[in-house]
Amino acid sequence: MNNLFVYCETEDGLVADVSRELLTKGRHLATTLGCRLEAVVIGHGLDGAAAQVFPFGVDVLHIFDDSRLAPYASLPHTAILVKLFSDEKPQVALMGATGIGRDLGPRVSSALGSGLTADCTALEIDEKGLLLQIRPAFGGNIVATIINPDCRPQMATVREGVMKREIFDAGYKGETRLYEVERYVSESDFVVSIIERHIEQSKINIKGSPVIVAGGYGVGSKDNFRLLHELAAVIGGEVGASRAAVDAGFAEHERQIGQTGITVRPKLYIACGISGQIQHVAGMQESSIIISVNNDPAAPINAIADYIIAGTVEDVLPKMIKYYKKNTK
Amino acid sequence: MSLNIIVLAKQVPDTRNVGKDAMKEDGTVNRAALPAIFNPEDLNALEQALRLKDENPGSTVTLLTMGPARAAEIIREGLFRGADGGYLLTDRAFAGADTLATSYALSMAIRKIKDYDIVICGRQAIDGDTAQVGPQVAEKLGIPQVTYAENIRCIGSGTIEVRRRLERGVETVQTALPALVTVNGSAPACRPRNARLLQKYKHARTASERKTAPAAYDYLADSRLYLTIAEWSAAGVEANTALCGLSGSPTKVKKIENVVFRAKESKALSAADADIDELMKELILNHTIG
Repeated sequence: MNNLFVYCETEDGLVADVSRELLTKGRHLATTLGCRLEAVVIGHGLDGAAAQVFPFGVDVLHIFDDSRLAPYASLPHTAILVKLFSDEKPQVALMGATGIGRDLGPRVSSALGSGLTADCTALEIDEKGLLLQIRPAFGGNIVATIINPDCRPQMATVREGVMKREIFDAGYKGETRLYEVERYVSESDFVVSIIERHIEQSKINIKGSPVIVAGGYGVGSKDNFRLLHELAAVIGGEVGASRAAVDAGFAEHERQIGQTGITVRPKLYIACGISGQIQHVAGMQESSIIISVNNDPAAPINAIADYIIAGTVEDVLPKMIKYYKKNTK
Repeated sequence: MSLNIIVLAKQVPDTRNVGKDAMKEDGTVNRAALPAIFNPEDLNALEQALRLKDENPGSTVTLLTMGPARAAEIIREGLFRGADGGYLLTDRAFAGADTLATSYALSMAIRKIKDYDIVICGRQAIDGDTAQVGPQVAEKLGIPQVTYAENIRCIGSGTIEVRRRLERGVETVQTALPALVTVNGSAPACRPRNARLLQKYKHARTASERKTAPAAYDYLADSRLYLTIAEWSAAGVEANTALCGLSGSPTKVKKIENVVFRAKESKALSAADADIDELMKELILNHTIG
């Protein structure tokens, strides 16, 4: 009772990266709280789930395996979590701030009357054992710490890449509980039916790239963004963007870095025309080396940059390309 | 079939382009300096509602918003673009609501409207980015939800087909009505204001707007009922005030901090050729690139 639960997303039986990251964080938090870490998997073909999650220090794995539970659908997954949480009374429940977690979390929290904080960038335990849910708010100009003093579970979602993923103990063995799905869902939970589904592998791999050339609103135009692509191609990196640049149509949504985008930790991050709102900084501040190209000396991002180049994208980027080529010849 | 459509909309501060004029001297945001706008994805939702209305003659589109008196502005905006009417849910008791208390109040107003087939709203609002209110309203009403929609079609006999934008693909689902659909920013943009509707509704106001700032044309509302935007209080929708606003919110803000970056020791360079040349040499030498 009163343990820490992580809802684990699966695709074709594989536990998602974001869920593994949450298990890592969940293990730390559970140890601090002196409670057990429990994982829930809901889907189909989940025989391999136990071997995937136990090394993260999971004490109990709850498995709901039924062909109707994959792919994900809101109502049956909600019904299962609501009943399971009503029985088990977790003190904390975490899930990924993914398309699935952001569909499921609010519905479950509403049914249980418990609080949910979206897109947390840090989770801590305070002296009273409450979960501190930390997130940038109001366009990234402030950082808020949210608590749920009275309602349980304390629920939070976290984006992929925000927490680190670490094996706790490769030989760790927890307990597995298999459930009779029929007792948790009803016919009416299947009123929404999937007619067609088309999933493609993303061609953009920002998360894994050692070098990122990112542009903000200050880049000025989609045309100028081509300079970023050129530089990235020459030095072997990917192009990222701030939310303002994505909103302005300069770059695809898949390239968005920050609290509501992707969190990255590259060796080199070149921030071009990015002012550096906390929402963006939250997603890139752990980069090893940060170069800021900005003609505004007061841009907040300069405070965390290792190199500040005072200049415009049009002026500086072609020179970077030129001198990279010259010095690698 | 004709549909009764409710569109949930929110008036939000335009946080997308917080300029220097919107910053106070202590580095915090001056909310009052930001323009209040119709939440962008709620406009995508309104467009889906108007298309459903176009395709299903006899349908109605009703806007519902919760906010201060000023939020009547976005109901007028919706009327100019083709909505048939709207309600402003406004009460001090709603202040300080988190997503759960907000969804409770909205769901009570929807119950009061009573006859509805479909509730449509934007995926999320740009001031909170939580995407929680849609699914929570659906749960409170006990109806299915379909999130991240790009296109909604009524395929007869109380059934809709919805194309959803997933992170790495698309999905088409069918569901029976009533249902709630949240609309993604990738859905078609909302149609512009219509000149004829602008004429018709330019004097549409709430009773409290007429009271606080009487205007010359207010008398028109006596004979033209469509010029009065209805206002509902918590009592008006039979909401339990213990479940509204701050008291109905399980999440509490413990602390707010202004953002102060821990300054690093940084090297300032100019855009001159010599500086860039030196930098690239250094990055290549220490194997950061190359």
